Amino acid sequence: MSNKLKLATIWLDGCSGCHMSFLDIDERLLALAEKVDVVFSPLVDCKEFPEDVDITLVEGALGTEEDLHKIKKIRARTKILIAFGDCAVTANIPSMRNPFGVEETLKTVYLDKEAINQQIPGEPLPPLLPRALPLHNYVKVDLFLPGCPPSAQTIFTVLNDLIEGRTPDISALTRFGA
Amino acid sequence: MPEKIVIEQVTRIEGHAKVSIFLNDDGGVQDAQVHVTQVRGFEKFVEGRPFYEMPSLTARTCGICPVSHLIAASKACDQILSVRIPTTAVALRRILNLAQIIQSHALNFFYLSSPDLLLGMDADPAKRNLFGLAEKHPQIVRDGVRLRQFGQQIIERLANKRIHPAWVIPGGVASPLDPDVRNQILSEIPEVKAIILRTLDWYKKSLSNYQEYVRTFANFPSLFLGLVTKEGRLEHYHGSLRVVTARGSILTDQIPVEDYATYIGEAVEPWSYLKSPYYKPLGYADGMYRVGPLARLNIANECGTPQADQELAEFHCLDKGAVLSSFHYHYARLIEILYGIERIEQLLNEPDILSTNVRAHAEVNNLEGIGVSEAPRGTLIHHYKVNEDGLVQSANLIIASGNNNLAMNRGVLQAARYYVRADKLTEGMLNRVEAVIRAFDPCLACSTHALGEMPLAIELVSSEGKILDNLVRG
Ligand code: SF4
Repeated sequence: MSNKLKLATIWLDGCSGCHMSFLDIDERLLALAEKVDVVFSPLVDCKEFPEDVDITLVEGALGTEEDLHKIKKIRARTKILIAFGDCAVTANIPSMRNPFGVEETLKTVYLDKEAINQQIPGEPLPPLLPRALPLHNYVKVDLFLPGCPPSAQTIFTVLNDLIEGRTPDISALTRFGA
Repeated sequence: MPEKIVIEQVTRIEGHAKVSIFLNDDGGVQDAQVHVTQVRGFEKFVEGRPFYEMPSLTARTCGICPVSHLIAASKACDQILSVRIPTTAVALRRILNLAQIIQSHALNFFYLSSPDLLLGMDADPAKRNLFGLAEKHPQIVRDGVRLRQFGQQIIERLANKRIHPAWVIPGGVASPLDPDVRNQILSEIPEVKAIILRTLDWYKKSLSNYQEYVRTFANFPSLFLGLVTKEGRLEHYHGSLRVVTARGSILTDQIPVEDYATYIGEAVEPWSYLKSPYYKPLGYADGMYRVGPLARLNIANECGTPQADQELAEFHCLDKGAVLSSFHYHYARLIEILYGIERIEQLLNEPDILSTNVRAHAEVNNLEGIGVSEAPRGTLIHHYKVNEDGLVQSANLIIASGNNNLAMNRGVLQAARYYVRADKLTEGMLNRVEAVIRAFDPCLACSTHALGEMPLAIELVSSEGKILDNLVRG
């Protein structure tokens, strides 16, 4: 194995927009890959979150039981855990269902619309949490990176700073809803 | 009673999914299910919100195709306002939509699928990705990055932001096209056209290497559905619905999009948060249809741009009737990228494209709005009811990838039957099952309005329901 830093990116209850913004660093993605190994990400084929990851970008809120399970594992295996985008930082869009409750939400989506086989899907799907919540409700977050999504430039600067051992100045780079 | 294989994390797709493959007593594949594992309840929480928030809010269903939601939502809102928006605004929305189709198709083809095609389905999983591809085929990766960037930059230049811009609004768009931006985009067209033409060239030459996948990747009869113009041309923004049979003949044509509910029904399966739309006149599940690039090229008589028309004529020769193999989604995506580039060039050269009249103003004049457009992955329908104050009373979203749910499940079953040997399960077998899903390019983020991370998992389950193998790739 190389001694490059290990980078992971994961997408929980989000829209993938934060990941797309990461891809928007365009050709700099390849330059980045010279400095870090992307060990786990929607872009690569690793199925199990690896041990000893240096930096993990977590997009999205915690929406299901499965997300909880994942975030705990990620926390245990990551040095620097970044709440990546507004959904991870505040629960943003996923939290909009919170005032209605799970039952009411699923009823509207699956029972109130005209459909064949009307029912609320269940096994083997992970149940929804009563409320979608930001990452720091469950685990320690090392860096909050707001934006919906954070811009490609912001993401690139933050990753570069971290790779080179600097602490990024987040407030100079991005804000909520950016 | 069947046993079951579960692919717990399907990777290199755009959403959260896992696959269960059920085995029979002889160890053969009995059934397969693609589970979409998250739901966000957009249809619930938009209730009570002002209709003009709908474009920005529903765009957040998906970061890959936010523009599609901006457009379908804004079209539904145009109806609520009862306005006919300025022609320049229509042209600008079209450009934005095509730019997104280019970037999204480039993402699927180059970033997600080409590692399978160029490095091989059985290549080392640690290397079978964009970065591994960059070591072996740097030019192809650079081409893919450039094409995606071309689309994303158009979105940024027109709408100020690449992802979740706020520029498409009820009544039109927020600002006119800057002449410098037009010139800049036009100056880049020859470069990107050359890229897609050389990509098509190598892809067609290598197609003979992929014949096995052509045969086994969701290759079966189904209906095909999408928008066409009055003349039956390829259409991504306006138009009416056309349904074509597996033989390639037109079943129904020029269905006004407002009548979608007469033709498209939805069904719920207990094992997926994603609903299964079907063509109502044929019932559930005989009314299985496919949407997206393959469907659009199957239903269109022509593209209406010179080079894409040449490619389309060749494409139509792949099969006697409609082109049935879902492997050809890849090919169709490349042709649509070419079409998108040519069509953007045409639109930018329209005489009134720089007009500053790009927005119609009105109050709520209509309590219902239906907006339909072609997203990268297929037909997208937004349907809202509002009260007199313009507050949303109910919303129904039928999402592009959802339309393919039945066919994708069938396709996974077909591939699993062909490739999976339960007694000696290999990583490459399961990667082929996943590659079928990649060919459909499901945007699972949208599909359940929606989901989380891209990985998908495959689980092997025994006839007693015992999980035999849970293939995890580390
Ligand atoms: S923060 Fe915005 S872009 Fe990122 S996942 Fe949430 S909605 Fe999508």
